[in-house]
Amino acid sequence: MTLLDTLRTALKAVISYRIRSVLIVLAMSLGVASVIILTALGDGARNFVINQFSSIGTNLLVVLPGRAETAGAFPGAVLGQTPRDLTLHDAQLLGRLPQVKRYAPLSIGAAELSTANRLREVTVLGSNENLIPIRHMRLALGSFITQGSERSAQIVLGAKIAADFFPHNPAIGQRVRLGDSRFLVSGVLASQGESMGFNTDEIVIIPVDYAQALFNTTSLFRILVEANNHGEIAATKQAILATLKQSHDGEDDNTVITQDAVLATFDRILHALTLAVAGIAAISLIVAGILVMNVMLVAVSQRTSEIGLLKAIGATSGDIRRLFFTEAAWLSLVGALLGFLLGQLGSLLIRILYPQFPAWAPTWASAAAIGIALITGIIATTLPAIKAAQLNAVAALNRK
Amino acid sequence: MIRLIDITRTFTMGEQTVLALNQINLQIASGEYLSIMGPSGSGKSTLLNIIGLLDQPDSGQYELDDKAVTDLTEIEQAQIRREKIGFVFQSFHLIPRLTAAENIELPLTLGGVPIDERKMRVQNALQAFELEQRANHRPAELSGGQRQRVAIARATIMQPSIILADEPTGNLDHQIGAEVMLLLENLQHQGTTLIIVTHDRELGSRANRQIAMRDGKILTDQTRDTP
Ligand SMILES: Nc1ncnc2c1ncn2[C@@H]1O[C@H](COP(=O)(O)OP(=O)(O)O)[C@@H](O)[C@H]1O
Ligand SMILES: [Mg+2]
Repeated sequence: MTLLDTLRTALKAVISYRIRSVLIVLAMSLGVASVIILTALGDGARNFVINQFSSIGTNLLVVLPGRAETAGAFPGAVLGQTPRDLTLHDAQLLGRLPQVKRYAPLSIGAAELSTANRLREVTVLGSNENLIPIRHMRLALGSFITQGSERSAQIVLGAKIAADFFPHNPAIGQRVRLGDSRFLVSGVLASQGESMGFNTDEIVIIPVDYAQALFNTTSLFRILVEANNHGEIAATKQAILATLKQSHDGEDDNTVITQDAVLATFDRILHALTLAVAGIAAISLIVAGILVMNVMLVAVSQRTSEIGLLKAIGATSGDIRRLFFTEAAWLSLVGALLGFLLGQLGSLLIRILYPQFPAWAPTWASAAAIGIALITGIIATTLPAIKAAQLNAVAALNRK
Repeated sequence: MIRLIDITRTFTMGEQTVLALNQINLQIASGEYLSIMGPSGSGKSTLLNIIGLLDQPDSGQYELDDKAVTDLTEIEQAQIRREKIGFVFQSFHLIPRLTAAENIELPLTLGGVPIDERKMRVQNALQAFELEQRANHRPAELSGGQRQRVAIARATIMQPSIILADEPTGNLDHQIGAEVMLLLENLQHQGTTLIIVTHDRELGSRANRQIAMRDGKILTDQTRDTP
């Protein structure tokens, strides 16, 4: 029997037993589709997080006071000691490091923003002119707090605050009060919405020294540092720690978070999660495989007299084995391909419904799902096919 | 040419052993018309199955066309069944999901005959057995006589030298049975060896050579002088 005829004959049998075939193909395809959709979700989550991180800025290092490693959940409470504050002087020292391209000190607090007829409490960021490039922010109007702005009290408003306070006339050039001080509106941020849990539409930004005066403090909340290039992140981190240690009388009381480290952790966690859901979904493929085995065993016993007849008209055991194998292979193949299409369709649907969520199934997952479907289908048919081939022809013919 | 020497076949059913064939010696020339008769359980089917290489004897020698076939491999035996032997069964044994034409085509497919030649030979067979109108019908849509004609067409499509028919009219009424017998005898006239198992004396007596069996042994073996 030629290969082509084997394929054709088996396909005919698949089509003849319509309901049985549809059910198996369905089980197989749902298994494959669930692997693809679940890995698309997992990998989508991973890419979503990576995208969020790169929206904060690449080559970014964040310096915060306190040692996260020893202090656990409470950085700053090292063995009862109060860590030394980060100061503007520390930030300036970091700015002189050769590996550092630019830095932005960050002071944060809340204050009352008011005009003649409006008043509300807002989140205030104190920083310098580098905040915009480091955080990849954009201005909608005007200019950002400029270098040397210590002398001119400028303020940049978040998009929503600008719209709330100055709904009818342009905000630029207007005077506002923040706390007890007067500021001149120099710019308005472009609306960006949430970025890592921080709504930049509802903040105001003022020069860092004004912020420190406003909050009556000399300490900084964070120092954002941008390294010259990505390959130097680790070296930059070491240099920052060394500089701060020296500045803090030999106390190693600061933490530097690199984006890479956080990203790598998320990447690892989410990749593991993807693998886990893929594994769970793959179980449904094994179940589908067992279903194929069961159905093919039933097929062998239902078609015993057919097998006897095939032997009587000259089929070898090999022919019979191949016919049953091919039948199962068709079922698995059609199931796998249909499942692949369903899975891609499902992922597409998720992408359409949630455009920010890049739900693409990784290639390895699609390939593995199809591969496992085919392999379990074929392995599951081994036993039934061997059973069919070993049937005694006379006994098979006499079976009703 | 079929030659059986001391063929014995036993079956074990639990504790019991049944001697289905007891040292059978039989020689059948090419083109002979032979009927095997005897009561139920006398070993007729077992003998036919061994001649058709569907079953293996426990002991004895079987030569087909002067070649010992008992020790051939499974694949070689399948090839002989495919090329030299055509089976006709009492219960037709058509594959229910295939059409008449597809059932007839099956041995050609197994034999790897190219598809164009297959279609042509099936067409000829449908014509020869007056089944053209039924080519695309499934067995369930055919009468008993039509089913047996499909089975005979399938048995002869490879132009075998031996036709083995086990009670071919057992499931047919008298009139249709007689027509089927004529078809088979017609094949024998064209040179095919025809061996028919039956317990109908009247049908059996149509053969030139008649064998009577009982308890796995050949009781009588008579050949008519004039055909
Ligand atoms: N597969 C089998 N297993 C056990 N006993 C069998 C088997 N096939 C045939 N026999 C026994 O062998 C004897 C001959 O059977 P068979 O050749 O079918 O007789 P016939 O065709 O003349 O009716 C019977 O006693 C039958 O019960
Ligand atoms: Mg019998």
